[in-house]
Amino acid sequence: MPRSLTSIGAAGVLLTAILAGCGQGSDSADPASDATSDTGGEPSAISGTVVVLAAASLTESFTELGAIFEAAHPGSTVSFSFAASSELATQVEQGAPADVFASASPATMALVVGKGDTAAAPITFARNSLEIVVPAGNPADVTGLDDFARTSLTIALCAPEVPCGAAADKAFSAAGVTPAPDTLEADVKATLSKVTLGEVDAALVYRTDVLAAGDKVEGIEFPEATEAVNDYPIAVLRDAPNAVAAEAFVDLVLSAEGSRTLSKAGFDVP
Amino acid sequence: MHGRGRSASDTRRTTGLPAPLVPLAGIALLFLGLPILGLVVRTPWTTLAEVLTRRESLDALRLSLVCASLATGLCLVLGVPLAVVLARGHFPGRGLLRAVVTVPLVLPPVVGGVALFTAFGRRGIVGRPLDEMFGITLPFTTAAVVVAEAFVAMPFLVIAVEGALRGSDRRFDEAAATLGASRWYTFRRVTLPLVAPGVAAGAVLCWARALGEFGATITFAGNFPGTTRTMPVEVYLTLQQDPPAAVALSLVLLVVSVAVLAGLRDRWLTTGA
Repeated sequence: MPRSLTSIGAAGVLLTAILAGCGQGSDSADPASDATSDTGGEPSAISGTVVVLAAASLTESFTELGAIFEAAHPGSTVSFSFAASSELATQVEQGAPADVFASASPATMALVVGKGDTAAAPITFARNSLEIVVPAGNPADVTGLDDFARTSLTIALCAPEVPCGAAADKAFSAAGVTPAPDTLEADVKATLSKVTLGEVDAALVYRTDVLAAGDKVEGIEFPEATEAVNDYPIAVLRDAPNAVAAEAFVDLVLSAEGSRTLSKAGFDVP
Repeated sequence: MHGRGRSASDTRRTTGLPAPLVPLAGIALLFLGLPILGLVVRTPWTTLAEVLTRRESLDALRLSLVCASLATGLCLVLGVPLAVVLARGHFPGRGLLRAVVTVPLVLPPVVGGVALFTAFGRRGIVGRPLDEMFGITLPFTTAAVVVAEAFVAMPFLVIAVEGALRGSDRRFDEAAATLGASRWYTFRRVTLPLVAPGVAAGAVLCWARALGEFGATITFAGNFPGTTRTMPVEVYLTLQQDPPAAVALSLVLLVVSVAVLAGLRDRWLTTGA
């Protein structure tokens, strides 16, 4: 009896030690954000880590803005998580410790706003439109949306559950084309990678993704793209652990410098 | 080690479970069991029937079961010979070969999917000639799901069978050989029956891993209802729009896999164990 009690105690100590160890690692941002409040809560004292959840299509432009932010505010770090907006919305709902959410569609942002998870009303900071993307050299001679109905081609589209897929649906109904996709990808970057790998003949992605992929792919514009323009809203989250820095990051995105970076990546800036 | 001249009751106590293991085992059980309990608690029972009888759910479940079984078959046909070569063969570079076998275990499955493209994709090492000569392309087909699952699951089978072979008594093989049995005959009638429980355990692990496979599948086989959308992919996509339905689907996958594994365990695993 005493022996088993001792071992329960030992196991408890071990577990506590393990948990404490884990806690130390993941909470490393906290001391930094405490430092922010210690300096008297001045809005100019921006430091610590800002966690930004952003749509996959923002990968390049936001990474660049992150570097600009860190340079402007020494001691601060911007940590990004890029994924399908709908997946990020689920993460926010599940209490992901994040400061800022930038979505590729107002509908996805509305999910987060509807749950009361944003600190203020979201602001639209960019617009993105769709473009046909084909592997370099356009091996299947794709010229327009009509080609997406050809069953002989291998075609990737975003799944209708994610914003780029919803936008693609709109474009196809505007064009009166019933596409024959071979795969419905979980986010726009997954769709793009099928093209850069040369595994599909054509896909529909954002114009910004075509630019980001460089010479591995070719983009083809199509008239119905104007029917499927996605607005990108951004908002600071209600439970933002580092709200001060979060506001500053959103300000940067909305600034002239932010607009320049976004336009360079292929976004339309309002 | 602790005392000398133990009484009978002392001996009985010391041959039971070692005390320090019990609480740790309890923690392990909670660690594994609580997330499953969480799924059950969060399951929307009122809409469960509706979610389960959806055409997409049934298609995905059927596809998952068929592909996991085919992948297990493929792993048995190719993996058992590989395990024998690893356990019994004598040749240089065997350690390296064993490391290659375990690569899919450590590779993030999504990377595994990209690796499969480089081998069997339209522009892959084997895929390109296959496409150019026969017009066969593997990605985005049901066959691609089987290939992706087999790639990720085969190490489980190979390692289990190799372990069983190393643990089995080679004298039976030698006895058969001295009695004039050919190597092939000995393998079929002596070696294989001896390691049958190991093969069965490996196949079960392999099947379970294949059933839950997500990353390599969605990368290499893509996602299309009826042909490549397996249950894990269906759950992932449903999670984006309707989290309660995704929980319901996860529970189905869980119940089906536990039922199949429990059924197989009664039939196979107890016979030799």
